[in-house]
Amino acid sequence: MSTITLHDTHNNGHHDDHDHGHHEQSFITKYVFSQDHKMIAKQFLITGIVMAVIAMGLSILFRIQLAWPDKSFPILETFLGKWAEGGRIKPDFYLALVTIHGTIMVFFVLTAGLSGTFSNLLIPLQLGVRDMASPFMNMLSYWFFFTACIIMMSSFFIQTGPASAGWTIYPPLSALPKAISGSGLGMTLWLASMVLFVVSQLMGGINYVSTVLNMRTKGMDLWKMPLTIWAFFLTAILGVLSFPVLVAGVVLLIFDRSFGTSFYLSDIVMGSQVLPNEGGSPILWEHLFWFLGHPEVYIVIMPALGISSEVISVNSRKPIFGYHAMVYSLIGITVLSFIVWGHHMFVTGMNPLLGGVFMITTLIIAVPSAVKTFNYLATLWRGNIRFTPAMLCAIGMVSFFISGGLTGIFLGNASLDINLHDTYFVVAHFHLVMGSAAIFGMLAGVYHWYPKMFGRMMNAKLGYLHFWVTFVCAYLVFFPLHFLGLDGVPRRYYAFTEFEFMQKWVTVNIFVTWSAIVAALAQVAFLFNFFYSIFFGKKATQNPWEANTLEWTTPVEHIHGNWPGEIPTVHRWPYDYSKPGAEEDFIPQTVPYSETMLSNMPHDFEGNAESERIQREWDAKNAPEKADVHFH
Amino acid sequence: MAALAVLVTVFANTSAFAQEAAAGAATAAPKPIDMFPIYKSVAFYAMLFLLLCLFIAIVGKAIRVYELTREAQDKPDSINWNTVNGIIFVLFLIAGLAGVYFEYTVHGNMILPDAASEHGKKIDSMFNITLILTTIVFIGTHITLFLFSFYYRNSGKRKAYYYPHNNALERIWTIVPALVLTVLVLMGFLTWRSIFYKVDDPNNKPLSIEITSQQFLWTIRYPGADGVVGLKNYKLITGTNGLGMDFKDKNNLDDQNADEMVIPVNKPVRLILTSKDVVHSFYMPHFRVQLNTVPGMTSYFEFTPTITTADMQTKVNDPAFKFLFYCSKICGSGHYNMQKVVRVVSQAEYDAWIVKQPKFINNDLRKQFNLPIVPEPAAGAAPASAPADSTATPAKDSSAVAMNKPALKK
Repeated sequence: MSTITLHDTHNNGHHDDHDHGHHEQSFITKYVFSQDHKMIAKQFLITGIVMAVIAMGLSILFRIQLAWPDKSFPILETFLGKWAEGGRIKPDFYLALVTIHGTIMVFFVLTAGLSGTFSNLLIPLQLGVRDMASPFMNMLSYWFFFTACIIMMSSFFIQTGPASAGWTIYPPLSALPKAISGSGLGMTLWLASMVLFVVSQLMGGINYVSTVLNMRTKGMDLWKMPLTIWAFFLTAILGVLSFPVLVAGVVLLIFDRSFGTSFYLSDIVMGSQVLPNEGGSPILWEHLFWFLGHPEVYIVIMPALGISSEVISVNSRKPIFGYHAMVYSLIGITVLSFIVWGHHMFVTGMNPLLGGVFMITTLIIAVPSAVKTFNYLATLWRGNIRFTPAMLCAIGMVSFFISGGLTGIFLGNASLDINLHDTYFVVAHFHLVMGSAAIFGMLAGVYHWYPKMFGRMMNAKLGYLHFWVTFVCAYLVFFPLHFLGLDGVPRRYYAFTEFEFMQKWVTVNIFVTWSAIVAALAQVAFLFNFFYSIFFGKKATQNPWEANTLEWTTPVEHIHGNWPGEIPTVHRWPYDYSKPGAEEDFIPQTVPYSETMLSNMPHDFEGNAESERIQREWDAKNAPEKADVHFH
Repeated sequence: MAALAVLVTVFANTSAFAQEAAAGAATAAPKPIDMFPIYKSVAFYAMLFLLLCLFIAIVGKAIRVYELTREAQDKPDSINWNTVNGIIFVLFLIAGLAGVYFEYTVHGNMILPDAASEHGKKIDSMFNITLILTTIVFIGTHITLFLFSFYYRNSGKRKAYYYPHNNALERIWTIVPALVLTVLVLMGFLTWRSIFYKVDDPNNKPLSIEITSQQFLWTIRYPGADGVVGLKNYKLITGTNGLGMDFKDKNNLDDQNADEMVIPVNKPVRLILTSKDVVHSFYMPHFRVQLNTVPGMTSYFEFTPTITTADMQTKVNDPAFKFLFYCSKICGSGHYNMQKVVRVVSQAEYDAWIVKQPKFINNDLRKQFNLPIVPEPAAGAAPASAPADSTATPAKDSSAVAMNKPALKK
């Protein structure tokens, strides 16, 4: 750590060119145990994509079961063996599929894959930093994450199968192997994987927070940071404060499972065997889990919001509307997200008084979310929109955020939640607001920063194809599911065969499954585009989107330390797009106001009287018409 | 795009049929499945998909060639992708609005009927208000989003309007949602309170019914003549005493076991919810009732049914209609089939039904608990219930077995 710091200070001096050239890196230090934030970002991204493909595959498996519960698919037996005897998925394995699908998507794809990728890539690049505060810890963060993924996937190769108590693993179901076979070794692996994952997140999060707070380049005060960085910063704070609580909960669950304690267990009879545990409560787990679990959904969505803000602003060629309001609403969401976890527990038997309180805090959190939505719309208004694939995904993200956010108003209302809790309405809600919206934010980020990551461009037309098919299919999959929920169909049902009233939804299930399959196939367009372009894509220019932020001032070829010479100084906020009087429709953050006298506005100087005076005098002399417009 | 859509649908349909065929073939021959045709069909679909990819690649190349020739002829505007995407957004908006209308009217008509309980009516009106408000916002914001995307697409001629902030606007769209949400919160809070903080009407005392969940069945216990559900202790649970009732408590002696939940209309029912093994959730959607059953904790839900099963059958025009309660919290492999029938009847029907229900107590249990009064007087007091007792327990067990059996093996 100390050597790295020294190395860094050294770079900041005038020997900058000294950095690249000698000390060649071996394959191992460059691609495997890399300490370079850009390489670590790519590692997170590619691992995230692999995990996403796996989790999507699992979802197709259980969608097939839901659509054709009484048909046999012998090919499944070929791959799954005893879990799909006779070509039919077994109930236990169905639950394992939904559990692992949820776990991978929430934690490995949308937390590590999203924050891990873009925080690592953009925090140093957009803030003008040579690398993370602790590159070594950053490397560890990735490898802990990687190990967590391996352990989670290994549970598919054990006798008793993967964890299958739902991704929220409520005890006693998750604590007692007798209750479900997945709660044997599979659950142990799940818990071990999760502990490693949280370690990874903490190391990453601490790194992000300290880098943002301590290492910004000259001139980059907090209010000049791009909204992406604000989002990553607040996300990291959320993670650092809430993930340890999950570990605490997990450790207690491990104790209950392995050492006979009774934190979550009491008064249990399995079959006719009376268990000795007394005095615990499953509700305790629910509190501990959701104390992380709810901030977790904001950990998932906030980076997507930040990325969308940046992408929408760049491609509308307009400043993001209400930058300050955007930051304050992110802060508002961050703070409020800690006191809303109880809305997952309205019907658990928790004291109804608490239910009322959590309902109030939950519905308040809709206000900053609404502010963000309206600001996105205002940013589009009278813009000059370039539909890059990234922009399409960002607009898609806004659409999903609205659609899924609005159903949150139903679920956040304790009285309505009584009948909607644990039904397909919930499934539809969170797949739109946290699944689809966050995935589209992530895709927007991939399309937008791909040239920065790989020095090449992705194919735009394949991007269009990918976006439109995925966007349409995501709605076709999730919109109808609301109505199953309104009909009282519970989630995590292996088959709808046992209930007369559910028969009418079978056709909807078939339709949804086909939409899901088409959506999954559409991802081939993305995967091909992504991996093909790494090697054969069109070479990127330095600033392909004509954006203002600092990452586009670095050379296309990656170098350790990011900038070959001195780190650029920042003079202005990142959103000076289409500023009247400017020659181009963008002014990078590194351009001082002295070079843009014609486009400067009074509020640019933040009350600095001296600068305002100079500007006024210049305007009077060189551009009288401008002085009339702006200094009235 | 259209061609692609057609191709996708064709692919979808053919593969659906083929899978059915494959499935049919597989079920016909029980054990030694000839995998060759299956692999062949899988390979067939893989080839079809590759063909689709090839088609897309050809279209892509054609577009590329077209663009290059235009460029070579110095005609820069070949395909304006901004316009193309802008137009697709409008088409998506139109199709989306039609789709939402379809969903609301068609699938919206397949949802639960109006609430069959007093508090459920409040929940329903709350739901409708929320639905109207959110639908307005949903439609409004989406029209704005997609039309802005279309109108303000890059034309190459305009510059965007530099408009970084407007605090008045920010204030409006902070305060308006806040006010609307305040109204919703207040209404929700009052509804919530009215559901969970009930003042008992002394003239209409609630009927207590205890529900115990276990993997994967429910046990329904009626309080008997005394109206009180007796004490139980999980440590007393045995094969014969499934709930662990403590028969030293006199309140247990008249408690009755029922295979379905029968409740009199317009009489408050107080549910006592407990669980023997894992967390389940007691979900009775027609009455807007749901509460988890948690081992080690008793929870309560009070509601008043307002419509009988018979009236509901005429109302929804379905003579087979049944109220149900079932499990909605993941609880294991049989989670998807854990249901009981609820019958709402008139008070008279209820009175006639309840006396026929067997008591939990039987001679075995009396012996076990060393009850001072042994068989003779009890047999005299309830001659009808004694034989019923002996059949009740095995009957319950067999239904449990049936429920544990996965549907597919039937």
